[in-house]
Amino acid sequence: MTAVAEPMTASPAKRVETEPERGTLSMAQALNRALRDAMAEDPAVVVFGEDVGALGGVFRVTDGLTADFGEARCFDTPLAESGIVGMAVGMAMNGMRPVVEMQFDAFAYPAFEQIVSHVAKMRNRTRGRVALPMVIRVPYAGGIGGVEHHCDSSEAYYAHTPGLHVLAPATPADAYTLLRAAIASPDPVVFLEPKKLYWSKGEVEMPSRAPGIGSAVVRRHGTDATLIAYGPAVPVALDAAEAAAREGRSLQVVDLRSIVPFDDETVCAAVRSTGRAVVVAEAAGFAGVSAEIVARVTERCFNALAAPIRRVGGFDIPYPPPKLEHFQLPGVDRILDAVDDLQWEQ
Amino acid sequence: MTRDPSHLLPAAEPVALIDADGRAIKGADGTAYPAPDDAALVKALGALLTARRLNDQAYALVRQGRLAVYPSSHGQEACQVAAAQVLDEGDWLFPTYRDTVAAVGRGVDPVEALSLLKGDWHCGYDPHEHHVAPHATPLATQLPHAVGVAHAATLRGEPTVVMAMCGDGGTSEGDFHEALNFAAVFHAPVVFFIQNNGYAISVPLSRQTAAPSLAHKGVGYGVPGERVDGNDMAALLAVLGAAVARARAGGGPQLVEALTYRMQAHTNADDATRYRDDAEVAAWVERDPITRLRTHLLDRGLIGPEQLQDFAAEAERVATHLRDGLNRDVEPDPADLFAHVYATPTPQLREQAALVADELSREGAR
Repeated sequence: MTAVAEPMTASPAKRVETEPERGTLSMAQALNRALRDAMAEDPAVVVFGEDVGALGGVFRVTDGLTADFGEARCFDTPLAESGIVGMAVGMAMNGMRPVVEMQFDAFAYPAFEQIVSHVAKMRNRTRGRVALPMVIRVPYAGGIGGVEHHCDSSEAYYAHTPGLHVLAPATPADAYTLLRAAIASPDPVVFLEPKKLYWSKGEVEMPSRAPGIGSAVVRRHGTDATLIAYGPAVPVALDAAEAAAREGRSLQVVDLRSIVPFDDETVCAAVRSTGRAVVVAEAAGFAGVSAEIVARVTERCFNALAAPIRRVGGFDIPYPPPKLEHFQLPGVDRILDAVDDLQWEQ
Repeated sequence: MTRDPSHLLPAAEPVALIDADGRAIKGADGTAYPAPDDAALVKALGALLTARRLNDQAYALVRQGRLAVYPSSHGQEACQVAAAQVLDEGDWLFPTYRDTVAAVGRGVDPVEALSLLKGDWHCGYDPHEHHVAPHATPLATQLPHAVGVAHAATLRGEPTVVMAMCGDGGTSEGDFHEALNFAAVFHAPVVFFIQNNGYAISVPLSRQTAAPSLAHKGVGYGVPGERVDGNDMAALLAVLGAAVARARAGGGPQLVEALTYRMQAHTNADDATRYRDDAEVAAWVERDPITRLRTHLLDRGLIGPEQLQDFAAEAERVATHLRDGLNRDVEPDPADLFAHVYATPTPQLREQAALVADELSREGAR
């Protein structure tokens, strides 16, 4: 029996809302809700990948979508990531808005050629005639005790590839906001979902009025130094700011939300307002996103800096086994030590 | 579900309807593939003559420095013409870098089709205009795209069929496997069309596969495979036409392997004498697809000298159009560097575009 999808039937009734609905959701629930709302609004939105159907995804992000929208709208595929992304390219070429799930960060690598050579370049190759409105969702990064190949911070590979947008939410509200923005975007988006935050809860506004792709936000205001973080590092940076406050130091926290496009304006304004900065990221530091942030902020804000910008991040090693992973993850103490090093004696 | 794979296997011999001397093969009427109607064959001869002329004109333009490189399909024109001729207007074609002639067969302007090799821009035509995807330079990566286009059409209940082209070397890539598997599982209306010309640049087929044939690979996916004489225009139209009709009727994907030969080197930058004998090439001259079809149609009185003159004139017209187009220098616009990376350029790209604009304005001032 082959899996023949039935022609699409009318989408479920549109949610008509005047006042935004609010609710406390986990990040996984917020992502699920974003997919549901997008699918309900636009019959061109289709969700597929490995185990996204009956199982609802290994992190349950696609829970109930097949049951509620039908096999044509949310379906399991053969276990082959290049095929999944490549098929999404074709569907996007032909009028659909595919949202595909890579089961884990390191399992997305078989799709790398499709992402780099086709997803990222199609608009450019065709001088804008073929757009690829598609989203590649990637559960990413560590901190969940995962065994090897389940914990990679792979953002630099995607951020280094022109033509992709790269987003990383740090709150359930942003998970909803940014996934809706990603699905609505005319450009392909690599959507990095911090695994360790899937179960974190927060208030979510639907529809969201928060800024979309390309906007960073200041999560906590402060006057002494700015911590720049994204994805799984944001709650850690907020914890560090809280600890620093108890020691009498006022730290500001910027959440990038969008790695590409990068919000130079918000980040630089925040750094200028404090004169000192530390970048916090889980990925290995060498040639990574954190290095790019330091370079571009230094280029733009050199005269406002009282000290070189420091980085706190993963070591330049393959992601360690669960019993050693706490050494790899940026923590409050390392962040505060880096802040202490920002030449306060001047 | 039957586990007997026999219905998926290609016939023992490649399907052939016209022999190397242009004669209808006796008994071929009894095959599963009735000969195409006469009008289709006459039309195909015209297209073949234009195809050959285009190949040779493009090859000459490389020597004249108008094209950086040209992977010629000289010798494979019957495959090129058939792939385009069996499709309806709403269908899609996914060409490789060697399939420019097939793209032109779908209506793409040859000048625009060769923009890639002229160096003006990667894809010079609008893929949506004639439903021709951009040339695929990486191998087999276009095949999963073809499945996606087909599946999107299925979801909307549209009758679209997708012709996904590939060479023998491309069948070794992982995307070939993934595309066939996906197409089979989703019952996608895709015809996978392999032009087996015996070599991937220099590497012979024996180093690509130990399978009985490339068409046999379909069995592993539950996709029926068929082999066809790739220099026999009538057989190609019959086999590919049947595969397209079957896919359109909901029969799912099919794998067609055409046995053909690239008469010239991989590109003008290649030296084919390092890996194949002159005698081997000479043997394939005898099987030239144009000679066969022309002889067949002349013998049957379906064309005459006047028709051939008309065909030659049309081929010349297209070649002249190509020559004129490629000899015309169009200054590429540097603004294009930044204009199409995203729908809306990022602030960073706007800064970089301004930098180039500034460089240009200072150059102009000097």
